Amino acid sequence: MSSTATGRVYRPTSLEEVFTAFSADPEAHLLAGGTDFMVEVNYNHRRPPAVISLRDVPELCRWRREGSEIVLGAGCTYTTIMKAEIADLVPGLAQAARTVGSPQIRNAGTLGGNIATASPAGDTLPVLAALDASIVIASAKGSREATLDQLTVGPKRTTLEPGELILEVRLPALLGTQEFLKVGTRNAMVISVAGVAIVVDWVGHSVRIALGSVGPVIIRAKEAEGYCAERIDWDLRTLEGGDVTLAELAAQVSAAARPIDDHRSTAAYRRHAVGVCARRGIERALDAGAAAREEGSTWEL
Amino acid sequence: MGALRPGPMQPEELVSYKLTINGREHEVADEWFGASLLTVLRDHLGLRGSKNACEQGECGSCSVLVDGTLECSCMVLAAAVVGHNIVTIEGLTQVDGGLSDVQEAFVQAGAVQCGFCTPGLIVSIHDVLERNPDATDLEVREAISGNLCRCTGYGRILAATHAVAAARRERKHDDGGDTSS
Repeated sequence: MSSTATGRVYRPTSLEEVFTAFSADPEAHLLAGGTDFMVEVNYNHRRPPAVISLRDVPELCRWRREGSEIVLGAGCTYTTIMKAEIADLVPGLAQAARTVGSPQIRNAGTLGGNIATASPAGDTLPVLAALDASIVIASAKGSREATLDQLTVGPKRTTLEPGELILEVRLPALLGTQEFLKVGTRNAMVISVAGVAIVVDWVGHSVRIALGSVGPVIIRAKEAEGYCAERIDWDLRTLEGGDVTLAELAAQVSAAARPIDDHRSTAAYRRHAVGVCARRGIERALDAGAAAREEGSTWEL
Repeated sequence: MGALRPGPMQPEELVSYKLTINGREHEVADEWFGASLLTVLRDHLGLRGSKNACEQGECGSCSVLVDGTLECSCMVLAAAVVGHNIVTIEGLTQVDGGLSDVQEAFVQAGAVQCGFCTPGLIVSIHDVLERNPDATDLEVREAISGNLCRCTGYGRILAATHAVAAARRERKHDDGGDTSS
């Protein structure tokens, strides 16, 4: 079946048809959930010459388990990511997905759209950074893989080339204890003022801390990660030094942030907030890890 | 207030297509290709039940079901949902045009004040009770977290929702709990 083009709106029904439309109309804009794009169009901030709608491309909406990995199609919506089968494998990503907007937004917005929009406030992005996600990018010529920091290089700036689309995201399944914390003015329908993703890997003995909304791109607080990992008793799943260690951890996370003042918050508040969130996230992860240890469960596959 | 309309349109920017809305096919002729589903519903097809308040997905007043999934019609590109099943507030009334049980419960509970948010809230509540007939108070609150109401304080909206859920359970019980016949 060929693409049904009405004027300059393309509705491909397969990946192959997406690339056909792309080569016919290289200026076309890819439309996923529309939750960012349509707002810009409605407000006349953007007037695309042509649109390729990805709504009818089933290949993009699937997900699968591949050995120790979970592979999520770029078209998976936040609602899909919140489903138990996915939440069990990547709980941090499901937590982040649940904080996005409202049911209406979560039903429409997609993982691929969150990445391609490349907002520093994209809620899934800190989790992808903390899990060292591999993002698979496809074009008519083939495919390549990139990490989030290779792909997103500034606010709303990516290294995606014309003719390329985000195909899927590869993540480690069942990696340690995961937490996502977000600060905003209310519980729903809010763009993040600060966001923190935490992963404590009980098998690999590593701590990952990724920060959203406090810099031009997502920031990994590497120094704080190392500081924390050195002070965890990996057998007992406790933290040496208690509150003193947690306070220093929060200070190191705050120091890693590069926030700005804007209409949503101040730099000073954001810097403070990521420190507090990281501290709470680590405390929660340690509690969950210790409880799981009591129950005798392990995180080994 | 609201979104700016696009500037002068070129003839090649106008497109024609068909949409399936409330089980009926509607012809959309010579519409700007970037028009949202909300714009097409209200301004092109005269289906003005879905309300236009924010045009950025914040308020939920334009909520519709696309293939059974709750979405804000302001964030759906109309030309992208050709061949999909769209249900609007107009499609939720009974066949004879009478009020749905959710609509009736809103009236009874006094859940309507200015009424602007009401169509979107009713679509959202139909959706949550369809998926989760025994939704808890917290689940209902989360389900309508994308629908803003500036008048009611939500108390009577929640009361109406729980009244519908209880009445549906009662009816199911009276039918012997078996709807498969």
